[in-house]
Amino acid sequence: MFEPKIMCFLCKWCTYAGADLAGTSRMSYSANGINLRVMCSSRIDPQHILHAFKEGADGVFIGGCHPGDCHYVEGNYKTLRRITLFKTMMEQLGIDPKRLRLEWISAAEGKKYVEIMNEFTQTIRELGPLNLEEKTLTEEGVCHE
Amino acid sequence: MMKKEKKRIGVFVCHCGVNIAGVVDVARVAEVLKEYPGVELSADYVYMCSEPGQQMVLDKIKEEKLDAVIVAACSPTLHEGTFQHAAELAGLNPHQVEIANIREQDAWVHPDRERATDKAIRIVRSMVEKAIQNEDLEPIKVGVTRKALVIGGGVAGLQSALDIAEQGYEVIVVEKEPSVGGKMIQLSETFPTLDCSQCILTPKMVEATRHPKIRLMTYSEVESISGFVGNFKVRIKKKPRFVDEDLCKLCNDCADVCPQVVPDEYNMGLSFRKAIYMPFPQAVPGTYTLDRDNCLGTLPIRCGKCKDVCDAKAIDYDMKEEIIEEEVGAVVVATGYDLYDMKALGEYGGEHYEDVVNGLEFERILSASGPTGGKVQRPSDGKEPQNVVFIQCAGSRDPEYHNSYCSKICCMYTAKHAMLYKHRVHNGNATVFYIDVRTGGKNFDEFYQRTIDEDGVLYLRGKVSKIFKEGDKLLVWGVDTLTGQKVEVEADMVVLAMAMTKADGAPALMKKLKVAVDANGWLGEAHPKLRPVESLNQGFFLAGCAHGPKDIPETVSQASAAAAKVGALFAKTELMHEPTIVPVVEELCSGCGICVSMCPYGARTLDQVQHVIEVNEVLCEGCGACAAACPAGAAQQRNQSDNQIFSMVNAILRG
Repeated sequence: MFEPKIMCFLCKWCTYAGADLAGTSRMSYSANGINLRVMCSSRIDPQHILHAFKEGADGVFIGGCHPGDCHYVEGNYKTLRRITLFKTMMEQLGIDPKRLRLEWISAAEGKKYVEIMNEFTQTIRELGPLNLEEKTLTEEGVCHE
Repeated sequence: MMKKEKKRIGVFVCHCGVNIAGVVDVARVAEVLKEYPGVELSADYVYMCSEPGQQMVLDKIKEEKLDAVIVAACSPTLHEGTFQHAAELAGLNPHQVEIANIREQDAWVHPDRERATDKAIRIVRSMVEKAIQNEDLEPIKVGVTRKALVIGGGVAGLQSALDIAEQGYEVIVVEKEPSVGGKMIQLSETFPTLDCSQCILTPKMVEATRHPKIRLMTYSEVESISGFVGNFKVRIKKKPRFVDEDLCKLCNDCADVCPQVVPDEYNMGLSFRKAIYMPFPQAVPGTYTLDRDNCLGTLPIRCGKCKDVCDAKAIDYDMKEEIIEEEVGAVVVATGYDLYDMKALGEYGGEHYEDVVNGLEFERILSASGPTGGKVQRPSDGKEPQNVVFIQCAGSRDPEYHNSYCSKICCMYTAKHAMLYKHRVHNGNATVFYIDVRTGGKNFDEFYQRTIDEDGVLYLRGKVSKIFKEGDKLLVWGVDTLTGQKVEVEADMVVLAMAMTKADGAPALMKKLKVAVDANGWLGEAHPKLRPVESLNQGFFLAGCAHGPKDIPETVSQASAAAAKVGALFAKTELMHEPTIVPVVEELCSGCGICVSMCPYGARTLDQVQHVIEVNEVLCEGCGACAAACPAGAAQQRNQSDNQIFSMVNAILRG
């Protein structure tokens, strides 16, 4: 079975704490994602996401606080705008936007974190490996196999 | 950035008994990491957080001259501080310590030994990569101005001011009205004890004027505020009163001759005052105020009667608006509430029918100091109403058309209104329409039961659909949802328990203060459970109904809590601020200003002359939104730079 590599960027205040709660609650989920803790989901730059895809990630996950709950007032709204825009760009680059997922998971939602991790792993598994390094950019800047 | 030839890094892998070691092959993790570039030492131990475990870290830092340490153990929320402290004891900067979370986010969630071990190695590797590029950081220190500003002179503001002053710090209270007292001074009796509201508030008002540490600035408003926690600069606009507070002898001669009659705000427009007036007899400061908007004109040719009769020579028509600048270290926002406009509920006719009144108007009607001297008389013809209908949730709990929230105090004050009405009009009938009766509070439910059992108030569960006039009566149409029957009540007077809403001037003020508000315009708290009296914006504290509907005891508690928080802030000689902020690399900055719009704290400003961004390190909270937005890579977060993130991603994904 294809085991995808998933790069997860989690905000310190909500989703990272939600992932910790999944641990203290001894829930079990797919081990494909590895977390990188940032202060806020709005720290994530499309460059980071592209870099992860380039370095072999088959999927990228970003977790932030629910709208209205951002520790930094409105960082998650900035993330939402950025990711929405970036997804349209992904399509142009030939990367299926389904390989990038943004979710709001609070510190109390360990269960939601587990469910989304399993679900996202399954999505990526079905999409198959990305193999970005094997793809080449055409003159129009579009990715081809 | 600290660029050493090569950093010496130590990795310590914790077994956490069997918590980690039961799943993850810790020995192999330590073994693999030993070979990782930059790692000088890699070891595992049964409990890293134990005394011997900490000692091991401390000793190895010294022995092996380590420049950075990775502890692979539980979540950083648990023991990051523990190991930072151990590192500091060994002479290492605490920002050279990183925790690799291989328990909560690995061993406890992945039962497969092989996969959990592989994941642990990747997690630890990523922290090594981060540590290689970590800089030594010192907390940013900043001084504190030990003087507080309290905005609002109602019971919340006064309580905060008194409690701050009692801790020995100076306080400025800014109140926009001519007198302090707020809404509470307009109330008749308070639930559930029926204390006279004025009798319990006026001592506080007087105490605040007399307190040597408190400066009351009434008839004043905050014009602007700048700076940051511990170091705010405030500009306060003092409106001209045209009466010298110190000279005024309160003789009322000026008001006697004043020809201008206007509705009296203190009595909710149910009586009249003159253009030169004292808001109410116990007003603090005790002085008359000339209301410029209603005065005929201060030129002698137009009027000038009041100045002619003032023996004390207290009236000065040449008074000008003043701007007073002050430096303060903390701000308590206690700006209170207003009532939802009766116009918004057209079906109840509050706008047109004089005998449909809101809760505060009824307070004045009940009050001994009110327009009727405490006799219950209806506004239209002064008759004693025999049938009074009270309608709860007028504009509250109605997400479709009005406000979705519960105004919290209306159930109790309606019970009080109905009870006080029955105490004054023994043979009268009081009917209350309600959705639910919410009486959570000390002795609240007992009070509500008394209105039914002892005072015979009739409670009907249901909403009122329409009120209209028939002759000199008001017909109230509603439905009793317990019996499913339509109800029609003939009333002489209707009291609407109007929703509480944000104070009229609040949105503009909150914008000036840059404090967050929620969807309803109430002040937002830093954390709903654990930091309920602080704003997310450091140095701002919340008290009273500006934060949401509250009764008096809750308001007073919150005001005292805010004062305690101010005291804790002022007890420090220096404030420490996290240094993991986002400075600017001037050589890369093009001065585009994108980061300025990203920052929710106003920490970044564009230097128009140099055309680069300036960062106020104390205001920066280190979220990194600007770093992600900077097109030039000039905004780099300390110890979470783009290069660090790239290296960490590599370490996680490669191999």
